[in-house]
Amino acid sequence: MSRIKNAKSAGVNRRQFLIGSAGAGVMLAFAPLLPACSADSASERLNKKRFNPTIWFEIDQSGAILVNVTRAEMGQHVGTALARIVADELGADWNRVSFNHVDTDPKWGYMVTGGSWSVFQSYVPMSQAGAAGREALIEAAAELLGVAAKDCRTENSQVICGSQRLDFADIVKRGKIDKTYSEDQLAKFSPKKPDNRQLIAKPSRALDIPVKTTGEAQYGIDVELEGMIYARPLIPPTRYGSTVLNVDDSGAKAVKGYLGYEVLSDPSDILQGWVSVLADSYYGAVKAADAIKVEYRAGETANVSEEDLIAEGEKLVADKTAGGLFVDHGDIDAAAQRSEKSIEGSYRTASALHFALEPVNAAVDFKDGVCHVYTGNQWQSLFLPVVAKAVGLGEDNVVIHQHYLGGGFGRRLAGDYMVPAALTAKATGKPVKLVFTREDDSRFDCIRSPSVQHFTAYWGGEGDLLGIEHAAAAGWPTLTMAPGFMPDSVDKKTKVDSFSISGADHWYSLDHHRVRAINNPLAQKTFVPGWLRAVGPGWIGWGVESFMDEVAHAQGEDPAEFRLSLLDAKGKNAGNAPEAVGGAKRLANVLRETTRKAGWGRKLPANEGLGVAVAAGQERTMPTWSACVAHVKVDPESGQVTVLKLTSVMDCGTVVHPDGALAQTEGAMLWGLSLALHEGTAIKDGQVADNNLNSYQPLRMKDVPDMDISFVQNTEFPTGLGEPGLIAVAPAIGNAIFNAVGARLRNLPIRPADVKAAMQA
Amino acid sequence: MTTFTLNGKKMSSDAPGDTPLLWVIRDEFGLKGTKFGCGIAMCGACTVHMNGNPMRSCSLPLSAVNNADIRTIEGLEGSHPLQQAWVEEQVPQCGYCQSGQIMQAAALLANKANPSDEEIVQHMSGNLCRCMSYVRIKRAIKKVAQSSDSTIQIYDPKRNTVVGSAAAQASEKQGVS
Repeated sequence: MSRIKNAKSAGVNRRQFLIGSAGAGVMLAFAPLLPACSADSASERLNKKRFNPTIWFEIDQSGAILVNVTRAEMGQHVGTALARIVADELGADWNRVSFNHVDTDPKWGYMVTGGSWSVFQSYVPMSQAGAAGREALIEAAAELLGVAAKDCRTENSQVICGSQRLDFADIVKRGKIDKTYSEDQLAKFSPKKPDNRQLIAKPSRALDIPVKTTGEAQYGIDVELEGMIYARPLIPPTRYGSTVLNVDDSGAKAVKGYLGYEVLSDPSDILQGWVSVLADSYYGAVKAADAIKVEYRAGETANVSEEDLIAEGEKLVADKTAGGLFVDHGDIDAAAQRSEKSIEGSYRTASALHFALEPVNAAVDFKDGVCHVYTGNQWQSLFLPVVAKAVGLGEDNVVIHQHYLGGGFGRRLAGDYMVPAALTAKATGKPVKLVFTREDDSRFDCIRSPSVQHFTAYWGGEGDLLGIEHAAAAGWPTLTMAPGFMPDSVDKKTKVDSFSISGADHWYSLDHHRVRAINNPLAQKTFVPGWLRAVGPGWIGWGVESFMDEVAHAQGEDPAEFRLSLLDAKGKNAGNAPEAVGGAKRLANVLRETTRKAGWGRKLPANEGLGVAVAAGQERTMPTWSACVAHVKVDPESGQVTVLKLTSVMDCGTVVHPDGALAQTEGAMLWGLSLALHEGTAIKDGQVADNNLNSYQPLRMKDVPDMDISFVQNTEFPTGLGEPGLIAVAPAIGNAIFNAVGARLRNLPIRPADVKAAMQA
Repeated sequence: MTTFTLNGKKMSSDAPGDTPLLWVIRDEFGLKGTKFGCGIAMCGACTVHMNGNPMRSCSLPLSAVNNADIRTIEGLEGSHPLQQAWVEEQVPQCGYCQSGQIMQAAALLANKANPSDEEIVQHMSGNLCRCMSYVRIKRAIKKVAQSSDSTIQIYDPKRNTVVGSAAAQASEKQGVS
């Protein structure tokens, strides 16, 4: 996944950072080093707008600072966090900073928002960009004031030289700024010392929040285009291979405003057997679609069930030739041969929906040969080429205009929902807003694949733990949507979707450890597997941390002490600079802190228990260290589980936007709880069985337990926070149930009937 | 033709009577703050007030609102104490459900000045927040509830746009500043 993380640099080998007067202000931006314009000065190049930034910003003559953000806003307040990094280095007055979410003009570079990467990736370049801006403003001010630049500093959007002060606004108006920094020059700026920070890690309010309390925030679904018509798609019976045989719209003709239908033919092959229904109002399109009868020839997966998918997974994890190795440390085969004792555990997770509250939608307009798409999306650079192919235009002639996302959670990494809108607009020759109903949205979701994991732990004659063998099978999102980003397996046998196995390469020191990642091909052809918040670790962690508990109990050890004994930070678990300084030591630290805060080891009433689990975030190359203790109460009659409290300590290094970090972790942990006890569906007849809230029931306010969340205060490199809080929650709950009533749960979601059955086992 | 009051203004629509009020508000009258979430009255993103009661506009046919007083998030005009508390407590994440959450909470505080925790939870549990900002939603409601012993009236059939505490209105009427 580091390949996606670094994809922004694709095609841009060397960059420069330009600062110069442009238009009526000063612009600061990264730009590719192009021979064609190397003779131009920074100002000339900025005026031509030939740049390729991860971020760029400008200061106008009033001193207003506009930070342009390429990342999608879906609740993580990313613009605020990123703007504060720039503003802190610049020495800006935060009250004069605002930001803008940009469209997909190629000059902005590669656009993806996911993996909890935004702050992690942007921290250094944006700090350097801000520092370079500061230097340029100081130099210009020093010249205006006739003083030496070395005697000046910035604060509150002013350059201060002894008793003299000059506002950024005045410098922009009067000064002459025209500077170019090479990458090497830029690299000399290191982020401010923590003691000198004015904004980073200080309390702040998110700039996107006020408009989200008044109804003014504009989401994709709110877009209005002049002369547009409305469309609702009809979803075929299978994700692949369906064909429309006949459409009977006689029933729809009585619907007021009905404008007909289009059978969509899609050169990008995303849509197979789709019809879109048109009307002059959205409700008209909904009603007309309900009245239309479409006869399909369904694809080959029309009868696939959740049981079939799980059975396929069970078969694959048992077949030692299946899949490719993701970890192969020591010699697990030899360990298995000389072992005196072993235990096995098999863990499963059910299909789960994204259920972002804003159903997927897009509005599309063709103007002067350019296809304009208005929507909210997390990975514009992945699906823009798909839309281009679908409508038969070059990529230069498709622009995606970004809006707020009514929930992302990984659903909007896939931009497949843009395709029916674009094809309908093309077919009708009119601007179209296409909106999925909730049920359509669920049926077209790229669900979290059902999964199966199998573990075996081996002990030697002395009762010494030799090692663990682990296999995991599921549908792989990256295989369908971005296969070029899959690395080779360790044994070079195949490519693996590291997004579907990350977390199996944990930070416990084991002498022998093997992990096999296996694609479930039946899942792959039945639906499009999706990246769901916390992605691989979100379900891998369920198996790893539940089984670690089983191993601890098998050894007769306290599960927290047992984990600490394996978190020795030796060898590969020592951690690398800058992102994993301290390695497993920091995981041990949050585990100790969390168990201390939760009162680990105290006596509880009957049928109550504490359970612990740890996680190291989304990937080894970006560890966010976390531990969770769940306090549960089990009703032995019904098997009903109530979570009384969740305690967690997180270490994500420097916390750039502390309140945003807390909000993300609150949400992520409740997602973990929701996926543990409340959410789960099944594939039935090739599609998801639950497609609305009458049967798919995410956590509500009444289900929220007490929560105690804290962050380790340090000044290490900042890692991601959007997802990691989720990972340890489900296994902590499962382990707590075991400690409460002796029932070992191995399936997510945990259902009361399973708890009762496990209690009797 | 259906006639009703929308945020204090008389409006009429000739959309078919079975059209959910949600789409009339959003697409005919252009008030986009009220959101479409589930379409079956189970998420609360589309919550508006009808004669002061919280209603799911996705499942409320236009024909049922004839002569009714309808208020949407825009009708709070950004000046409801809950809206300020939502900012102070930094409640919204993606924000999509929050119009509905605020309208649902406003209906509670219009009837009850100091709801208990249980009453807040019971009143709000029909509103889904997919980002799971529940801790902050509850905190923001409590904050407003604790700041005054008066209910917060929004709907007043005699006055078109009223947002403020009953006490403030009383002092306003008495000319006390």
